[in-house]
Amino acid sequence: MATTTKADLVEAVYDRIGLSRPKSTAIVEQVFELITQRLELAETVKLSGFGVFSVRGKRARPGRNPKTGEPIEITSRKVVTYRASPLVLASNDKSADHEEDEEL
Amino acid sequence: MTKSSLISAIAAKMELSRREAEVAVNTVFDTISASLDRGDRVELRGFGSFGVKQRRSRDGRNPKTGDHVLVDAKRVLFFKAGKELRRRVDV
Repeated sequence: MATTTKADLVEAVYDRIGLSRPKSTAIVEQVFELITQRLELAETVKLSGFGVFSVRGKRARPGRNPKTGEPIEITSRKVVTYRASPLVLASNDKSADHEEDEEL
Repeated sequence: MTKSSLISAIAAKMELSRREAEVAVNTVFDTISASLDRGDRVELRGFGSFGVKQRRSRDGRNPKTGDHVLVDAKRVLFFKAGKELRRRVDV
């Protein structure tokens, strides 16, 4: 099973727009940088046809050090969640009951 | 933020026409979608990784009536935030 990386995205952008490779690289990096900056502000990022990234707060909860069994508190934290648009896997399970919300 | 505002931000920041920025942003997400649709993983260093998990069909219930229903096999997308994204979001 192949893995797609940033280099593949750069190549795709390079092929489509015909800007230089360094410029194509900068564009791809900027896309994820700008999304990250919004998520840092706990803002939701909705990408029509792809999905929604949002930030959720998690409360502190008791946990254990799995090695020693010693109880410790897992501190409250913020995590990024992604809900896929049903369109991403559109070719297959069209009939599947998607939990996802409809995109904007 | 929406895809449209992301496109505007990319156009301004990278000094592209709105049209070029639109093609670039769409290309990025269409390429990711196509890879996932093929069943490939997508790894974006610093941001995170996307992948597809196969769920088998199973016997489910209609929660209202209790009737048996066959829940079809389906593919489910997952995303795991990368180290840098986790660190930057969790301040």
